[in-house]
Amino acid sequence: MVVRVTHWITVISFFALLISGAEIVVSHPRFYWGEVGNVMTPPLFTLPIPASRNMVRTGYGYVLPDQNGWSRYLHFQAAWAVVLTGLVYAISSLWSGHFRENLFPARADRTWRAFWAVIAKYLRRAPPDDAEAHSYNVVQRTAYLIVIFLLFPLVIWTGLALSPAFDSAVPAAVTALGGRQSARTLHFFVSGALLLFLVVHVTMIVLAGFRSRMRAMITGRAIIPAVLSKERT
Amino acid sequence: MKPISRRKLLTTGLAATAGVAGLTAAARLAQRYGLIPPDHGGLYGPGETLTYAAQRLLTTHSLAREFPRSMISKSPFANETPPANDMFKHHQASGFSDWRLSVDGMVARPASLSLSDLKSLPVRSQITEVVCEEGWSYIAEWIGTPLVEVLNAVGLLPQARYVAYFSIDKDWWESIDMADALHPQTFLTWGMNDGDLPVSFGGPLRMRVPRQLGYKSLKYVTRLTVTDTMKRFGKGLGSAEPESGYAWYAGI
Repeated sequence: MVVRVTHWITVISFFALLISGAEIVVSHPRFYWGEVGNVMTPPLFTLPIPASRNMVRTGYGYVLPDQNGWSRYLHFQAAWAVVLTGLVYAISSLWSGHFRENLFPARADRTWRAFWAVIAKYLRRAPPDDAEAHSYNVVQRTAYLIVIFLLFPLVIWTGLALSPAFDSAVPAAVTALGGRQSARTLHFFVSGALLLFLVVHVTMIVLAGFRSRMRAMITGRAIIPAVLSKERT
Repeated sequence: MKPISRRKLLTTGLAATAGVAGLTAAARLAQRYGLIPPDHGGLYGPGETLTYAAQRLLTTHSLAREFPRSMISKSPFANETPPANDMFKHHQASGFSDWRLSVDGMVARPASLSLSDLKSLPVRSQITEVVCEEGWSYIAEWIGTPLVEVLNAVGLLPQARYVAYFSIDKDWWESIDMADALHPQTFLTWGMNDGDLPVSFGGPLRMRVPRQLGYKSLKYVTRLTVTDTMKRFGKGLGSAEPESGYAWYAGI
């Protein structure tokens, strides 16, 4: 129950963060490395998109409207929602054994061989066996663990490092990343990694039967393979 | 559905009552300790209030990062064209010799200070980064009079809670709470990188608030008002920024 509720709150917040984050990037689609960076310094790379500010030369003959005000308000409110929801999820999952039982791979599965066997099965597009219909395989578990314990903490850290007030209290938050502009660039890439996960995650759900998976994640009722195979045909 | 036992009903009721009472007490405490920003209303109010309250608990006294001289940006970006109004052009033509900063509101001795009056108060410098909400930044040395020195000189009254400051551009004004107003790095800046503060960087007088985003560092400052509430200023949201959709507190 907690897993499902926190999942859907995270989905809503993540979309809010994604849209507002993209909107903020549009005001300065140039990225730098180190402490400082602006239109007078060479960029690490520039996104080939138009900008919402006229001082950034993009090669496009027009300037997009400024949407940063509400985007920033929404970005930080959604960030609070994700962080607080994540805390509830983490504490309850430690308590209930969700991490231990459902996410950490079983001892026998902690080998590259077991990992590649699952990948090969995906590539053959073989139907899931009985065990996979009821629990996550080692590749799924690894992906979820990376998202929960690596990407989300990193995206929160690199985001906090962009707050000048937070940096005044915890300067190491930004210096350890190589400076303010490095933190911004990393924030962009970690968000990209989360977006990549989202795309693969949704693709796999569609392949596994969108309606049955959605029903499972909303109602929490386990799906029996018979129902699953019926929907696939 | 299972029938609810009397014990469960009682404990749920007690928990709900405790929750409501707790929230009310938290709101009252937050108000009392200045943890609620002027733009706390509306759709994004909860997020803003959480951010501001968390920062006030965490960063009231912390100092913005300062950098070695070698890290001063060789070509800082001047994000400004001088104000187009006649009064500013007149000041610029006379080399800003008549520029005044008026200080009023909740102070014992309201004053009108010239740039040389400001320079006769204790002067400090800092090498800090200007961070724009758009994402870009640069480092410069800022030379000025700490705002706290000006406030001490005019005698701050105890009920003061905010300092509002106004640009010669009449649509442009900002405010900060006392944590930032009394902060040692909040400067009325008149020098930059060992010279006068250029007009394109906000000269002759710019507020520098290095623990917040660049838009709090208002340019061409002509007036300060000390107040106990921001409700009487503009739409009551704290500054011109929330009126155009941006957050009042920009320490993030």
